[in-house]
Amino acid sequence: MSESIKKFMFVNTKAPYGTVYALESLEVVLISAAFDQDVSLVFCDDGVFQISNNQNTEASGMKNFSNAYKALGDYDINKLYVEKESLEERGLTLDNIMDLTYEDEDWAEKPSIKLVTRAELADLMDEQDVVISS
Amino acid sequence: MKFTLLINEGPYQHQASDTAYQFAKAALEKGHEIYRVFFYNDGVNNATRLAIPPQDDRNITENWAALGKEHELDMVVCIAAAQRRGMLDADEAGRQGKDADNIHPAFRISGLGQLVEGGIQADRLLTFGD
Amino acid sequence: MAMLHTVNKSPFERNSLNSCLTKSKEGSSILLIEDAVVGALKGTKVADDLTAAIANKNVYVLGSDLNTRGFTEADILDGIKTVDYAGFVDLVAEHSNVQSWL
Repeated sequence: MSESIKKFMFVNTKAPYGTVYALESLEVVLISAAFDQDVSLVFCDDGVFQISNNQNTEASGMKNFSNAYKALGDYDINKLYVEKESLEERGLTLDNIMDLTYEDEDWAEKPSIKLVTRAELADLMDEQDVVISS
Repeated sequence: MKFTLLINEGPYQHQASDTAYQFAKAALEKGHEIYRVFFYNDGVNNATRLAIPPQDDRNITENWAALGKEHELDMVVCIAAAQRRGMLDADEAGRQGKDADNIHPAFRISGLGQLVEGGIQADRLLTFGD
Repeated sequence: MAMLHTVNKSPFERNSLNSCLTKSKEGSSILLIEDAVVGALKGTKVADDLTAAIANKNVYVLGSDLNTRGFTEADILDGIKTVDYAGFVDLVAEHSNVQSWL
């Protein structure tokens, strides 16, 4: 008998590159896929910059890890919540955000990104067993 | 109740490790169990055996080591975060061909899976960071 | 059971207190620790936000961190409760999960 599945939510609130939190949080997320838990990610506050389009690190010398977000769907991690208000406060729309998708049971490509309001996000957080923020 | 603690900042620079230590002590005094203490991000630096804080200050690594010994705590340093920051135990130093190691024997190095497993096994996972 | 939120940075330096206040539900609890305890002081620019939060959330401050920074219970907003580390442990145990706003 397998153990019950827990709801794990990784809340990303910091911009990438300026600090290592976004990269090292993503490393935990990828490992968590192996544990068959109910995993979701949140991008709010400056965390929305983690999944902005067209990240180009050629001249900065930073490691560009943005492609790893595109692999999340292959790991069955397909609940990526982006807070609407955080985008608006930063002058962004979903057009600025990477097109992250997954394939459902019938191999149909579906969007992983779900735009949620601040109030909806509060409800989602409340439902979790484990919340890991950075 | 079982707690897993996640410590994401190094010693002295941030209060995170101190707060986690005081929390762990209080939880143990109340009869709770600390299932695991997981050190991640710069938190891996809490495990250095080579720090020499001034004599009139607390010794954060030794405090953790003493608490760990008293209560047989499972104190895990993330191997990937540790290697990135030059934190090695003797085995890992040998494997990587390095001429020194610096992880205190009260801590053990292991993978990130130990953090996720800590979240699954404990009743509460609590993060201490910046 | 409701959720416990912790905040550890001064609201005069970071926006994590604001994030927490705007993304926590009625009936949840908020514990200010480390530098965030200064947000509990009377007469600050965030006092109105916290007073509004107290109306439908439980707000706590870690007393030792307040004392460490030179303040006591007399200096904080009415309605904010002070806890020690044992009280911190109780809050974690009594709530369904914990989110640290970092």
